Amino acid sequence: MSILIDEKTRVIIQGFTGDKGTFHGKEMLAYGTNLVGGVTPGKGGTRHLDRPVFNTVKEAVKSAAAEASLVFVPAAFCADSIMEAADAGIRLVVAITDGIPAQDMMMVKRYLFRYARDRRTMLVGPNCAGVISPGKAMMGIMPGHIYAKGKVGLVTRSGTLGYEAASQMKALGIGVSTSVGIGGDPINGSSFVDVLRLFEEDPDTEAVMMIGEIGGPQEAEAARLFREHLEKPVIGYVAGLSAPKGRRMGHAGAIIRAFGESAAEKVEIMREAGITVATSPAELGSTVAKVLGAKPKRVAVPT
Amino acid sequence: MDIHEYQAKELLAGFGVAIPRGGVAYSPEQAVYRASEIGGARWAVKAQIHSGARGKAGGIKVCTSEDEVRQAAKGLLGKRLVTHQTGPEGRVVHRLYVEAAVPIEREIYVGLVLDRKSERIMVVAAPHGGMEIEEIAKDSPDTIIRAVVEPAVGMTPFQAREIAFALGLDTAQVNRCATVLLGCYRAFRDLDATMVEVNPLVLTRDGGLLALDAKMTFDDNALFRRPEVSELRDYAEEDPRESQAAEYGINYVALDGEIGCIVNGAGLAMATMDLIQHAGSSPANFLDVGGGASPEKVTNAFRLVLADPKVRAILVNIFAGINRCDWVAQGVVQAVRELKPPVPLVVRLAGTNVEEGRRILNDSGLTLVTADTLTEAAQKVVAVLKAAGAKSGSASA
Repeated sequence: MSILIDEKTRVIIQGFTGDKGTFHGKEMLAYGTNLVGGVTPGKGGTRHLDRPVFNTVKEAVKSAAAEASLVFVPAAFCADSIMEAADAGIRLVVAITDGIPAQDMMMVKRYLFRYARDRRTMLVGPNCAGVISPGKAMMGIMPGHIYAKGKVGLVTRSGTLGYEAASQMKALGIGVSTSVGIGGDPINGSSFVDVLRLFEEDPDTEAVMMIGEIGGPQEAEAARLFREHLEKPVIGYVAGLSAPKGRRMGHAGAIIRAFGESAAEKVEIMREAGITVATSPAELGSTVAKVLGAKPKRVAVPT
Repeated sequence: MDIHEYQAKELLAGFGVAIPRGGVAYSPEQAVYRASEIGGARWAVKAQIHSGARGKAGGIKVCTSEDEVRQAAKGLLGKRLVTHQTGPEGRVVHRLYVEAAVPIEREIYVGLVLDRKSERIMVVAAPHGGMEIEEIAKDSPDTIIRAVVEPAVGMTPFQAREIAFALGLDTAQVNRCATVLLGCYRAFRDLDATMVEVNPLVLTRDGGLLALDAKMTFDDNALFRRPEVSELRDYAEEDPRESQAAEYGINYVALDGEIGCIVNGAGLAMATMDLIQHAGSSPANFLDVGGGASPEKVTNAFRLVLADPKVRAILVNIFAGINRCDWVAQGVVQAVRELKPPVPLVVRLAGTNVEEGRRILNDSGLTLVTADTLTEAAQKVVAVLKAAGAKSGSASA
């Protein structure tokens, strides 16, 4: 199994006929994703990549039974597109777009909570590489071939650092159940906590690698969840040990503003909670291998 | 994006926040003219740089005659001010703000931030301002008042009143304080700020409530729809290399170390810096070339890194997803031929089309070191640095 998506998931692309939607749409089809169409307002009724184009997400849900949407819509209009998908009843929205204003995301988060929990949309991203369940389906911009199919869940803020982790693991013969990029923005959709909960419930995920970075409270919240509620081992890494305070490191959210937001503090919080943290980005794969080899380390031994 | 104190005050005044009378000045003559225009007998001449703690650094002078204003302006303009926020290199003062010095009864702290935990705008206030919020949080954390604003409704008057009462203001001042809080909130929302700080908000001896200092930071991602904010940008306050990088479409942050980094992706760029530190050296910069890394973009990245005289070796680390290693390799070859870097170069490529990328580098005939993995890249860059150090050491001996 996997989380969020598999080969059956009926996926659409918002911003389907643009350059990015076209390029990555082809890649996703080649990977085996069940892409059932796309949305570009004004181009409804036409076909693109041999799939139907719709004017609205509601039409895509009605005519193509779409349940997941990948969003490439430009930053200025992206919040609106995410809300459109949520209103149409899309279960999973993955937003790749970088540069959405923070207050737009504040509004989006507020909007998602209009709906009762059982029909609430799960948002992944924005400013992320997307979601891939290796061997099954890909909803994003990652190079699919670097992921081996397997039993380690991967959740990362950074796209390329997620690639690095997946390929180090593949080189050691370790595969991935699902990889989720939660994105580098200060206000994002799903948090580390949300994704860790899903991995905990997934019978085919045995351990999780979580890759964070400087800025924000989400790594610390994940550490607390791990200590109090999770059984499966979590292997961590936090980028930005050498980053100075108050300077933004590329991602809109990668900035140390408050106490507890530096990489060193996050590593300490994670270690205290019992998460194994890789000390160097060159040791992402080997640290996972070590923890998998050492299992079951969190089972209490009766004496 | 940051703006100057006087700009923040002018914006906030437009939202109903009361400020002392004042005006900007670029020369001692203008400063004197501003003082006479404001009237009264006491003025503050304030250096305008993008930093707090200017008073401690000697950037604020209180004057009681026009001649003192002239002397203060002369002393401040062109002066390099060093605060704990500017770093040791400091900032040169190019603009002054002259304002009426008001008799102060009490100083209050008011700040609005984008709170990442609640994912909403949060008001932070404290009854004793004038120092930084970090200090207040350390010295008297119990006095800090926090209130989260519901985004669908906005800040309500009752919320503003609650904060004002909690600050210990009397009934007449509570309404004035609520006006300030609501004004700051509207400015935050309407202008896409990420931070608004009035510190101190002062209670004057005649019962007025004035924003004596103000700071605003804006969301770079929202500037496209805020031309009135974009035009307040002061390029003199920015690191010229970082402005240049922004023009190239590259994310660059200058640091203090010796190994220049060229990487794709913000996370991998930070991890590469960490890797260098872990291997016992130090990164000279953060640099993310971003998605479509064309040969031109890679060449521009080399330009930025080589403009830093502290750089003694360069590490290129690319994990190609949408990028392709062969394009990046072509870019590296083009950059090396064009710019002839005087320092050793280590290139690590991985991901899409990696074999083709490596072949291009190997066939180029250029002297560069290649690496396949991160571990290898770190070891090799530290090794070439040591070798280069030994060489220059023996040359000078």
